[in-house]
Amino acid sequence: MSDHSSEAHSHGSVKSYVIGFVWSVILTGIPFWMVMTEAFDKGPTYIAIVVLAIIQIFVHLKYFLHLDFSEQGKLDTYSFIFSAVIIIMVVALSVWIIYASNAMMM
Amino acid sequence: MSTAMNTHDAHEAGAHHDEHHDTGSNTVFGFWLYLMTDCLLFASIFATYAVLFMNTAGGVSGEDIFDLELILAGTAALLFSSITYGFAMISAHRKNKAGTLGWLAVTFLFGACFIALEIYEFHHLIVNGHGPQASAFLSAFFTLVGTHGLHVTAGMIWMVILMIEVAKTGLTGRAITRISCLSLFWHFLDVVWICVFTVVYLMGAI
Repeated sequence: MSDHSSEAHSHGSVKSYVIGFVWSVILTGIPFWMVMTEAFDKGPTYIAIVVLAIIQIFVHLKYFLHLDFSEQGKLDTYSFIFSAVIIIMVVALSVWIIYASNAMMM
Repeated sequence: MSTAMNTHDAHEAGAHHDEHHDTGSNTVFGFWLYLMTDCLLFASIFATYAVLFMNTAGGVSGEDIFDLELILAGTAALLFSSITYGFAMISAHRKNKAGTLGWLAVTFLFGACFIALEIYEFHHLIVNGHGPQASAFLSAFFTLVGTHGLHVTAGMIWMVILMIEVAKTGLTGRAITRISCLSLFWHFLDVVWICVFTVVYLMGAI
């Protein structure tokens, strides 16, 4: 990797911030539009807003937080992946346990 | 990592700059690790919200109290603040002091808009009897949204202090390290907000 591109990775450029911003506007606009106009049924709307939120998180990680697998950036990325695994376990398993126990008490 | 940094910088700017830059990047990495622990804090609060949001104690649910237009305005303010912070960051690396201060000020104003809307929302809820004591749902709601709001407020205070530092001492290496840390903090809060508006407001309003 050349010196120039490693600079761009760690600080971002005007172009990368604008790309990230435009994507974020689109990925925020669609779910709000879907919910505010009630254009679709509840089920598909749920799935769509969750998928769009996940895509937008990745857009932010790439264009705003500059996570990548470069020599300097990979430690940040690995620590993020580790946290993400813990978060998924904490949130998903808590919800699973509590909802299962709720169901058993019905 | 530090080896790569050393050779990289030694080519460019000699030993003094090299040592400085290396410390700075370690600081930023350490701050990133703090943010990862902050992620876990938010994850716990999200789990609490997910468990409690149906327990409305016969009172209001999300559908009754959420004003999506207000939330959309707040989301827009936060998103604009993200890109303006990016511009501040770029100005800082170009050693453009006036640009850095200007973009930080714009970012601060967008952050202030976001917080103002949130305070308005909370005030409106509390005066209508939907305060955090009314139900488990509202306790979890105020905790989650309030924790995010407090983080944003802390970021704004930090921003003012940084602006004073940059105005007084200029864009030193230390100032740029601090601006980089706040950059991570600020963009991280925007990521948390994506989860908040999706899970709390949009899912609550469907």
